[in-house]
Amino acid sequence: MNGWAHHLIIAPVLLPLAAAAILLFIDERSRMLKGLVSLAAALLLVVISFVLFRIESGPNDFEGVYLLGNWTAPFGIVLVLDALSALMLLLTSLLGLAALVYSLARWHTVGAHFHTMFQLLLMGVNGAFLTGDLFNLFVFFEVMLAASYGLLLHGSGPLRVKAGMHYIAVNLAAALLFLIGVSLIYGTTGTLNMADLAARIPEIEPDRRMLMEAGAGVLGIAFLIKAGMWPLCFWLPTAYSAASAPVAGIFAILSKLGIYVILRLTMLLFGDGPSAGFGANVLLYGGIATLIFGIIGVLASQALGRLAGFSVLVSSGTLLMVLGINDGAVSSGALLYLVSSTLTIGAFFMLIELVERGQDAGANVLAVTMEAYGDADEDEPEEGDGVTMPGTMAILGTCFAACGILLAGLPPLSGFVAKFAMLSSMMGTGAIGVPPTAAVWTLVVLVILSGVASLIAMTRAGIRTFWGSIEGTVPRVLVIEIVPVMFLLGLTLVLTVQAGPAMQYMDTTIRTLANPSVYIDAVRNATVITDYDDQAKVSTEGTN
Amino acid sequence: MEIILSIAIGVMTTCGVWLLLRPRTYQVIVGLSMLSYAVNLFIFGVGGVKTNVPPLLGDDVVTSSLADPVPQALVLTAIVIGFATTALFLVVLLASRGLTGTDHVDGRGDRK
Repeated sequence: MNGWAHHLIIAPVLLPLAAAAILLFIDERSRMLKGLVSLAAALLLVVISFVLFRIESGPNDFEGVYLLGNWTAPFGIVLVLDALSALMLLLTSLLGLAALVYSLARWHTVGAHFHTMFQLLLMGVNGAFLTGDLFNLFVFFEVMLAASYGLLLHGSGPLRVKAGMHYIAVNLAAALLFLIGVSLIYGTTGTLNMADLAARIPEIEPDRRMLMEAGAGVLGIAFLIKAGMWPLCFWLPTAYSAASAPVAGIFAILSKLGIYVILRLTMLLFGDGPSAGFGANVLLYGGIATLIFGIIGVLASQALGRLAGFSVLVSSGTLLMVLGINDGAVSSGALLYLVSSTLTIGAFFMLIELVERGQDAGANVLAVTMEAYGDADEDEPEEGDGVTMPGTMAILGTCFAACGILLAGLPPLSGFVAKFAMLSSMMGTGAIGVPPTAAVWTLVVLVILSGVASLIAMTRAGIRTFWGSIEGTVPRVLVIEIVPVMFLLGLTLVLTVQAGPAMQYMDTTIRTLANPSVYIDAVRNATVITDYDDQAKVSTEGTN
Repeated sequence: MEIILSIAIGVMTTCGVWLLLRPRTYQVIVGLSMLSYAVNLFIFGVGGVKTNVPPLLGDDVVTSSLADPVPQALVLTAIVIGFATTALFLVVLLASRGLTGTDHVDGRGDRK
């Protein structure tokens, strides 16, 4: 990777930032233009992240290190592109594109600056995936959170404001924990660069190690709040189900961001040395508790929005558990599960709004309680213009069934492939070949149970929505609303057909992560671009 | 010096956590502000408590008598971000109050 391709690493951060800045100058009344600029940026982001993904999935196992301001690693700030971050970037951009197209039908008109906040959210998420520095992680996290506060409140209404207030309070407290963790780690190791940190942690003196581990623990809590580990997850289903549909769709990546950071930091910092396996038990038991809570929540949910919110918890719980047992083959299955479940939940959140449009408000239990709160002044978006989808109910029903199959992990879609990959390596038929322990058996049982629970809940909801309503009106669904949902579900189909290459990519990713020295060396040995220095020297000498 | 600083951080954190758990939005926001002050002081403290030394490296400066510039930079960033998010939270608090008519965090306090 050299020349212009090298500068592409920073493009996923700069492009949404530039787009957001341009969007601020366009008047709120010219919605068409705003939508087009935002859409163009999102499309370009997909292209860029696809190019980066292709570079990473190529034959040469290259770590793309981008030195900001041409300063060498521990002193300057670095962006690091490796197989994991390239994958997450691609996932974010695809989900972002789908949610954005969906919002163009009507949701982007219900409040001001939707597109600006959306682009800033993408910037924050991309930055957090790319950064190789703990404090920049904080900054990008805050950019993402600030944008997500605005997006959650998009559309206003008492329910959103209430959920938004809880969401903001919880995340502000989490950000403070993040800062405490970062400063404890800095105080004990004297660095914030992740690669430098990974190299220094094994050599840290024992009397400081405890303080460093305390810092790492506090830092972990901040990400576990984001990922929604029980008992830090009670805000999540309410916030996600209160958000407007496209916002909830893109929020599906935010809980995965928490998972990503935990995966990255545990593999990098606590891979080996005296602190090896730090926090693994917390992740394992926390994951189990989250999964049980998620299963109960999925079964107990009356409204579809809450069902989707608890599905996020089921997905987080499964991933945390697998990170807790920290086994190569299981983890690569989990990565596939992460991609598949993000796409599914994103599509499901957007589908819910379309499906519920056809229901009469009184039929829903939640709707009754919402009326008690005074739901009347919620801003409902006006009907958008555009081509209406023919055969609406058939397509909605098919998409709903596909979501159900994906969430339950039934064949033939990628939910099944991912769960099969995880379970087969847990049972010992995969790469490790050791008989499963009691903890692993618990995991297997819980993963299967969560599938059954999702299936029951989705079947029940589907029957009530599609077959139960006798005089239910057929919702008016536009093509640009259903196409993003079908696009995301189509991607899971691609993931199923291409399961072989996909699993191979995940395997390579996990293997690179399990060997932190690759990452550390790549960052430490990254050289500054010398041509500029020479040219500058020549020009200054010339002027002298 | 260290004792005073740590007592101050401790007291502020205690008050902040207590206020954060209160049912009124105003108490929550004051609690969050206190917590962020405590955290800012804490970050400042991890660089080592030194008085009257600059964080600048000059020609005749011994490195051992330098203040660590990194925590200072971190604190500055944290203050800016904390300020912005507190302002945002205030707006949401007022919106909630306007919509529900009460400043209870769940929007349904004891109405008289």
